[in-house]
Amino acid sequence: MCSRSRTESATALLLVAALLALGSCGGATAPPLPLQEEAQSGDVIDSALNPGVDHSIVSVDPRAAQFYDNPTAVQTGKLLFGQFNCSGCHSNGGGGMGPSLMDDEWIYGDRLEQIHQTIVQGRPNGMPAWGGKIPDQQIWQIAAYVRSMSLPATLAAQNGPTPSQTPAPIPADSAQDNGWSPPDASTNHYTTTTKGPQ
Amino acid sequence: MRALIPMILALTVTPVATVAQTVPAPVPDNEVFTLDQIGHAISAPTPQAGHTAPSAANAPPDDGQWTMPSKNYASTRFSALTEITPQNAKDLKVDFTFSLAVNKGQEAAPIIADKTLFVVTAYPNYVYALDLTKPGAPLKWKFAPKPLPASQGLACCDVVNRGGTYDRGKYIFTTLDGQVIALDAKAGTAIWRTRLANINNGETITMAPTVANGRVYVGNSGGEMGVRGWIAALDEDSGKLDWKAYNTGPDKEVLIGSEFKPFYAGDRGADLGVRSWPPDAWKIGGGNVWGWITYDAELNALYHGTGNPGPWNADQRPGDNKWTTGIFARDPASGSAHWYYQFSPHDNHDYDGINEQILLDMPFGGAMHKVLIHFDRNGYLYVIDRQSGQVLSADPFGPTNWTRGIDLTTGRPIINPDKETRQGVDVTNICPTASGSKDWNPSSFSPDTGLLYIPHENMCMDKKDVQVSYISGTPYVGAEVHMKPGPGGNRGELTAWDPVARHPVWAVKEMFPIWSGTAVTAGGLVFYGTMDGWFKAVDAKTGALAWRFKVDSGVISQPVSYRGPDGHQYVAVLSGVGGWSGAVVSGPVDPRDGSAALGMVNAMSDLPKYTTAGGTLYVFSLPH
Repeated sequence: MCSRSRTESATALLLVAALLALGSCGGATAPPLPLQEEAQSGDVIDSALNPGVDHSIVSVDPRAAQFYDNPTAVQTGKLLFGQFNCSGCHSNGGGGMGPSLMDDEWIYGDRLEQIHQTIVQGRPNGMPAWGGKIPDQQIWQIAAYVRSMSLPATLAAQNGPTPSQTPAPIPADSAQDNGWSPPDASTNHYTTTTKGPQ
Repeated sequence: MRALIPMILALTVTPVATVAQTVPAPVPDNEVFTLDQIGHAISAPTPQAGHTAPSAANAPPDDGQWTMPSKNYASTRFSALTEITPQNAKDLKVDFTFSLAVNKGQEAAPIIADKTLFVVTAYPNYVYALDLTKPGAPLKWKFAPKPLPASQGLACCDVVNRGGTYDRGKYIFTTLDGQVIALDAKAGTAIWRTRLANINNGETITMAPTVANGRVYVGNSGGEMGVRGWIAALDEDSGKLDWKAYNTGPDKEVLIGSEFKPFYAGDRGADLGVRSWPPDAWKIGGGNVWGWITYDAELNALYHGTGNPGPWNADQRPGDNKWTTGIFARDPASGSAHWYYQFSPHDNHDYDGINEQILLDMPFGGAMHKVLIHFDRNGYLYVIDRQSGQVLSADPFGPTNWTRGIDLTTGRPIINPDKETRQGVDVTNICPTASGSKDWNPSSFSPDTGLLYIPHENMCMDKKDVQVSYISGTPYVGAEVHMKPGPGGNRGELTAWDPVARHPVWAVKEMFPIWSGTAVTAGGLVFYGTMDGWFKAVDAKTGALAWRFKVDSGVISQPVSYRGPDGHQYVAVLSGVGGWSGAVVSGPVDPRDGSAALGMVNAMSDLPKYTTAGGTLYVFSLPH
C-alpha cells in the first residue's frame, strides 16, 4: 500500500487510487495530489487534469524560445526536413506514410518543445526516435519548420501543388495555447467542407 | 462555466480560406505512342494453331470453392459457375454483409473453403471465419495477430494486406510487421507463426502467400525504404525456413548457380547483382517481392517478379540494377534460379515488376506454347515462353511514352530519352506514372472468350529526382512526383485483351484508376469494383454493364465467386478504399499537398468527394 491520505469520501479514495496507479507511489517527496478542493460526498471533483497533451500557457522548455520569431530557424529546418528523409513520410506537409503536418491536428501537442520531444522520442505508430541521431539544435530547427507548415502565413504562400515552400516564422504567441481557443492569427483554423460531385 | 467564454471566442474565429487542390489537366493525346507504333512480337499471330486455355494441372476442374486469391495456380480467376448471367445479373441482391472493423484499404480476396468464408483485413490484420452453412453467415472465430504498431509507419502505400490462402485445413496469411501465420481453419488458433521481416530496417509484408508443393512462398515489401528484396519458402507444416533468395547481391545469395540459363545475353555473367550497381548500393537496392508468386504445377517451377530499385533517384545507382524490376523462374524445392528477364533495366520510374502472371497454353508462331502473361507496371503486356524465358510479344496496354517499344532481339526496352529522369530536372508527362499502367490488382482470363480482363490505370506523372541519403528504417526515395490523368482524362480503364491477336477487344472507362482485381465467370460476367464505390458486373463478351451496386466505400479488393453449401452461386467482395491511390481518403494525408503519398495525391485530390473510408464484406446472390 502506498496511500498517502485518507478521506471520508469513497469517491475521492477511488480517484486517489486511480491517480496513484498512473505513476509511481513514491515516498516523502511525492507531489501533492492534484485535487483542487476538499471533496465532499456527492460533489463533483474538479481535478486539474486535462484530457490529451499538456496545454500549459507558456513554453516550459527555455530552449524553445530562440526558435520563435526566427526566420532562419524555419528555413534551415526546411532543408533538414528533406535531408533527414522527414519528407519521405510527411511529403511537403501533406503526409503519406506518416500523418499530415499542415493541418491543425496535433496528436502530441503543437508547442515547439512538444514537437521537439516527438522527434526525439519517436511515437508508437511508426515515427522513429531521432534523439542522439540528429544534433539537438537541428531537431529544434526541424520542429520549427514542422510548426510553421500549418501557420496561416505559410499556407497563404502556397503557390501550386507543393505547400510549405516559403515557411513563415512562428509567432511567439502561437505557443500560448490554453487548450480551448488558440489566439487569433497564431494557429491555422483549418476547417474543411467537402462537397460531393457537382 | 469556466469553459464557456473561450468556446464562444473559438466560434467567432474566421476560418482561413484554403486553396483546394484541383485535378490537373490530362496529358495530351499526342504525348504517347500507339500500340501500332511500339507493339512488337517475334512472329505474326496464328490463332488457328489451337485454343488458348490453362492446363488441367494448373487449373483443375472447378469445385465451387475459391481457396487461393488467384483461384488456381494458372491464376485465371475464372469461376466455372453459370447461374448468374448477363441476362439475370440485374436481379442480384445482397445476401449478407460483415463489417471488417478496419477503415483502411482492403485489398484481400475472400477465401471460401470447407463451407467457410475467410478474410484478412488491412493492419491490424484481423482474420475472420464466417459459417456459410447458417443464415447470415455468423462468425465462427476471429483471430487478432497483434502486429507491432510501429509497422504502420513503414508501409509505403497504406497498411494493406492482399489476402490469405487455404490449404489442407490451414488458413495462411502474413502480417504487416513481417510474420507468416498458419491458423487451424476450424479452431482459429495458430499452428505456427514465423517472423521473417525486421521492421527496424524498414521491412514489412503485405503480399498474399502462395501455398503449393508443401511450401509457403512469401516475400518482403520495402522498396521505398531501401530494403533488400527477397523471396522465402517455408515448410507448410512447421513454418521452418526451407530457402531464401535475395534479388540483389552475389549469385550465391540470389541462388544463381549452374541451372541458371537466362534467354538474353545481358542477363548472363557472374555476380551481376553486385556488378550492375555502384559499390554496396545493392545492399539497399530494393527488388522486393510484394506482389504475386506463381507456382507452375505442370512444369514444377515458380515465377515471381521483383520490385523497383532503390532509391527512385536513378542517378544515384548507375547500372542495370539487377535483379530488380524483372521476373525470375526458380525451382520450387531449392529456390535455384532457372531464368530471369528484366522488364525495366535501370528503372527510372518505379516500375515494380511484381504484378501477376497468368499461365496459359497459347498458339503462337504456328504452334502451341506454354506461356506466362505478365502485365507490367511499365505499360507492356508481355507474353513470355515460360520454359525458356523468351519474350514472344510485348505490347502497350495503356498510354506509354518512356519507350519506343521492346527490342525483342536483346529483350531491352528502346528508351525514349525525353522521359528519362535526371537529378534536379523536372521531367514532365512521363507515361505511365509510377504506379504503372497497372498496379498489383490482378487480371483474369476466361477460356470461354479467350480474353484477359485487365483492371488498370491511365495516369502519367511529372518527376524530379533529388539527392537522398540512406537512413535505415526511413524512406529512401529521392524524387518529387506529381501524378496526373493520362490522355482522355479517365484515370481508370477495364480492358478486355486478346493475347493471341494482340489487341484490345473492348474497354470500359472509369473516372478513377481501377485498383480492384477482376474475376470472370462461365456465366459470362466480369466482376470488378471502382474507387468511388460501385461494384459492377459487365458482359465478358462486350463490356456492357449488366449490374452495379453502390457499396459503403471504394473497392480496391479482389472479387471472387463460389458455390454456397445450398448449391447456389455467390459473389463476394470487400469494400474499403485506400492503398496508394486511396491514401488521400484512408490515410493521414492532406489533399492540399500534391506531392503527398509519393505524388499520388496530385491526381486523386477529388476522391474525398466520392467516397469515405470503410471496410465491409459484401456477398451477393440471385433470389432463391
